[in-house]
Amino acid sequence: MNTFLAEELNLQISSTKQLRSTIVNLSHSHRVLSFAEMVSSQNENSLLSSEGDSQRTQYPYVTGTSVIGIKYKDGILMAADMGGSYGSTIRYKSVERLKQVGKHSLIGASGEISDFQEILKYLDELILHDNMWDDGNSLGPKEVHNYLTRVMYNRRNKFDPLWNSLILGGVKNGKKYLGSVSMIGVHFEDDHVATGFGNHLARPILREEWREDLTFEEGVKLLEKCMRNLLYRDRSAVNKLQIAKITEEGLTISQPYSLKTFWNFAAFQNPTVGAEGSW
Amino acid sequence: MLTETSDVPKVGFSFDLCSRNNMLTKKGLKPPGYLKTGTTIVGVVCKNCVVLGADTRATAGSIVADKNCEKIHNMAPNILCCGAGTAADTEAVTDNISSQLKLHRYHTGRESRVVTALTLLKSHLFRYQGHVSAALVLGGVDVTGPHLHTIYPHGSTDTLPFATMGSGSLAAMAIFESEYREGLTRDEGVNLVTKAICSGIFNDLGSGSNVDICVIEKGKTEYLRNHLTPNPRTYISSKGYTFSKKTEVLHTKITPLKELVDVVQVGGDAMEE
Repeated sequence: MNTFLAEELNLQISSTKQLRSTIVNLSHSHRVLSFAEMVSSQNENSLLSSEGDSQRTQYPYVTGTSVIGIKYKDGILMAADMGGSYGSTIRYKSVERLKQVGKHSLIGASGEISDFQEILKYLDELILHDNMWDDGNSLGPKEVHNYLTRVMYNRRNKFDPLWNSLILGGVKNGKKYLGSVSMIGVHFEDDHVATGFGNHLARPILREEWREDLTFEEGVKLLEKCMRNLLYRDRSAVNKLQIAKITEEGLTISQPYSLKTFWNFAAFQNPTVGAEGSW
Repeated sequence: MLTETSDVPKVGFSFDLCSRNNMLTKKGLKPPGYLKTGTTIVGVVCKNCVVLGADTRATAGSIVADKNCEKIHNMAPNILCCGAGTAADTEAVTDNISSQLKLHRYHTGRESRVVTALTLLKSHLFRYQGHVSAALVLGGVDVTGPHLHTIYPHGSTDTLPFATMGSGSLAAMAIFESEYREGLTRDEGVNLVTKAICSGIFNDLGSGSNVDICVIEKGKTEYLRNHLTPNPRTYISSKGYTFSKKTEVLHTKITPLKELVDVVQVGGDAMEE
């Protein structure tokens, strides 16, 4: 039973209440709870006081869906769509989820948009203070990644997480860096990373088709393949995306554009041929 | 309590114990775990055939219970069904409907149709309201052509040109969505299905071991068991086991068995009751 605790802390936990009752109640059985169950179980199992009027983040409201990042020959490529969903409605269609951080880094975020804006404020302050030293050094992507990890982990320890999964990429002194930080502080560095649904739908494709020496065009094609997959199979995806490129020279974020999709399979035109009455 | 009359047939799932089980679970009793197949199963319709694929790992919680189980079940000579979910449920439901199809074949004298299997399966699953946890990919070729359907535990079905089910379905669907084209040949279909199952095996923890493929064409069904084994057991010593030195014999004593009792047959068979 104790080994389950370590596993559960690494899981993508969908609510602070579930996290709380997981840590507090060691005999918590290993199953996914519905939201109503979580609320009621929190009242029964938790040793903490009632959270009805708490100021802590309980659940996300306006969320962005997956971000995908890959290393390529000259640097890092990142793609994210521009949708901000409010529950099951796609409320905002022009949310920029890829932003520059200092001279060398690029951040992409999924999850709660307001928490992302808060993170951008923290990063702004970090970069400002770094610039004020005026010593010719500047924070590289590895340093920013570490800073973000500390911020996310400390917030999670206070049971008030910033509800985001972040991807941090950049190039400094010729070295490419691509890392990921989750809402609970899980962080790692890899050649290709994705958040949210991208982990399930994009990473298998990237594991098959990523190579060290992708050119810019090949990298964009690969990212578009993954984004198209997400567009077909993720309900909160919108067909308006941006691709960002960061190299030693600098950062460019593309204008928003949309992908071509194909819906004209013969089998889709008349699905019940030969099976009248079925659906 | 109702008294049971002998002429009421006791058939079907009995929901009598459900309220008692719910009460016990609320009190904290953990129900016994069941063997889930935590699977990747896929199907694809090619030009005039259907290719089904499945991985071969059966899990009980986080333990791999069976490294090389068979997830592709026979429904009819021209219809096969891959099953994901609870292993007992998929076995039982496919065996049941397979028998019903056979009786139907004897009755009508014709080859079974895929929609027949589909309707029998979906009515069965709907009757049990999702408690029979079987998610199936049903494929076959009959007089009306090649067909591929997915059936969900609650009884809904889809008719699709390519389908994936199970915990590895997203990994496999990623491959299908990026590489499926219409009018695939048999070999292209087999390669695509193998690639999709491998994607499930290597990217999903609930799927693993080997790839099973089944190709159904008009008049011919090929079951390629363990078509691909991408997870061989390596590091086996070729020398086998050797013991470094022989066991020393220190002392030998032989005691012949003595007869304590004389067994006498008194006419008739020894086993006569």
